Amino acid sequence: MAVISTPTTLERALPAMDNAEVLRIRNDFPVLDQLVNGRPLIYLDSGATSQNPLSVIEAEQEFYEQRNAAVHRGAHHLAVEATEVFEDARQTVADFVGAQYEEIVWTSNATEGLNLISYALSNASLWAAQGRGDARLRELGLGPGDEIVVTEMEHHANLIPWQELAYRTGATLRHIPVDDAGALHLDQAAEIVGGRTRLLAFTHASNVLGTINPVHELVALARRAGALVVLDACQSAPHLSLDVKELDVDFAVFSGHKMLGPTGIGVLYGKQELLDVLPPFLTGGSMITTVTMDRAEYLPAPQRFEAGTQKISQAVALAAAVSYLTETGIDRVHRWESELGQRMVAGLEAIDGVRVLGPGAGKERIGLAAFDVAGVHAHDVGQFLDARGIAVRVGHHCAQPLHRRLGLTATTRASAYLYNTTDDVDEFLDAVSGVRAYFRA
Amino acid sequence: MSLDQLYQQIILDHSKARHGSGLSETAAPEGASTGQSHQLNPVCGDEVTLRVAVDHGTVAQLSWDGAGCSISMASASVLSEMAEGMSVDELRSVIGNFREVLRSRGKVHADPEVLGDAAAFEGVARYAARVKCAMISWVAAEDALNQAA
Repeated sequence: MAVISTPTTLERALPAMDNAEVLRIRNDFPVLDQLVNGRPLIYLDSGATSQNPLSVIEAEQEFYEQRNAAVHRGAHHLAVEATEVFEDARQTVADFVGAQYEEIVWTSNATEGLNLISYALSNASLWAAQGRGDARLRELGLGPGDEIVVTEMEHHANLIPWQELAYRTGATLRHIPVDDAGALHLDQAAEIVGGRTRLLAFTHASNVLGTINPVHELVALARRAGALVVLDACQSAPHLSLDVKELDVDFAVFSGHKMLGPTGIGVLYGKQELLDVLPPFLTGGSMITTVTMDRAEYLPAPQRFEAGTQKISQAVALAAAVSYLTETGIDRVHRWESELGQRMVAGLEAIDGVRVLGPGAGKERIGLAAFDVAGVHAHDVGQFLDARGIAVRVGHHCAQPLHRRLGLTATTRASAYLYNTTDDVDEFLDAVSGVRAYFRA
Repeated sequence: MSLDQLYQQIILDHSKARHGSGLSETAAPEGASTGQSHQLNPVCGDEVTLRVAVDHGTVAQLSWDGAGCSISMASASVLSEMAEGMSVDELRSVIGNFREVLRSRGKVHADPEVLGDAAAFEGVARYAARVKCAMISWVAAEDALNQAA
């Protein structure tokens, strides 16, 4: 059922995206067609959550109208159909990121995926200490003297689970610092990621800075140290061609709702040899082989990590979202958004008193920009833009340590997606240019 | 509602010229009992540390340090200006009235007779996400009064 068009074959046939195509795309997104405070909505908060095309909304509705049943149990017609579309969705997502079917685990969001890895690893320590499970668990568990390394630019979701893993296991948490421009200190990374490092977790693309981190270089450091690699792909999977095998990461996570899908579903990718030996995080129904009153044996991945009734309609809808992206061409989307990102940064830098975080104009970034307006708090900036129908995110964007490092508590962030035109960016820039005068800064 | 109804002149004025701002520069009057409270809005990082000095049942001084949006800073400034000279009971009652207006989603109108300049924050009640901004220093004042009493 999953029909996958590889981006590369489509790329050849289709020209680069332009405003005319974006306006056609926008017709697929009913929520974007509305007035906010008397002005046409300009949605620039897709980094927080993206909007859904009709095909995604209809996929979820169609599931409930025609196929709703519990999956992986029951021999009746609906149960079989529900299981089929649910597992087809897994294949669709696996193909989208270059993974094998068995390596895709459904989670409720990316945060749960990261916590799943964190708890599976501390459970590995507990199991190994009691001689339970596969012999390979002894190599995966962490303990005192071991180190977990993150970066200073992480979203709280890719920081706190590792703080807590360190706490539970006695391991030490270290981080790769960022420089004043918000780039990773790679020279220091080479010193920090060393013989004691057991796990390196970092974001592919920063939700604040817009930077795309050098995955190959960081993975090479981890490999040299014999450490596992966890990639936060929340801001990359929706916007660029992600190939987990080519990047050679051990785990990757991303969210459905940031990539045109519904809320309530996320994806964990893990190398099969790891997923099959790691202990589960959540336990219960649907993830077992044999259960006695004393103990249970667990299924291999992905079911091993999918306890309880699953997010079935959401998985089906997420697959529809992935199809929408592949049909549009994810590389084309990436190029279009890079153009929007460049336009934002160039425009923001030209406004007096505006400081853009992360790479400057002309340097690679995804289609988002966080910025500070001198003398005006981010909440006031957001309110001013909202009065013009422009939706942006304000605050620390779940990255307090990064903001602290850059000497700020809150910033404003505009983030684009495939349904934004260059006119949206220009309207936004025009609005930002009026902020300081209004607040007398 | 327009932006100008939210950001009234009084609010923009007070967000720039902040009355009572600067804890270290203002020593509490001698003989007064003091209470201090720190409040943080984790959503936006707005922060206020506020101190009240009470002398014979009267608010002798209300000073504060803070960082935040124009609504939160202006609200602390207005509070500081109007609180000084009030009796503790009077201030508690004004705080209660302010909270009622702010939490009413626009249903309870501000009475300038009771709230003075703070009536300008009436429009904030229609912006659920900003109510905490306007309330943060008032919550701190309530807490500080309890400690000074």
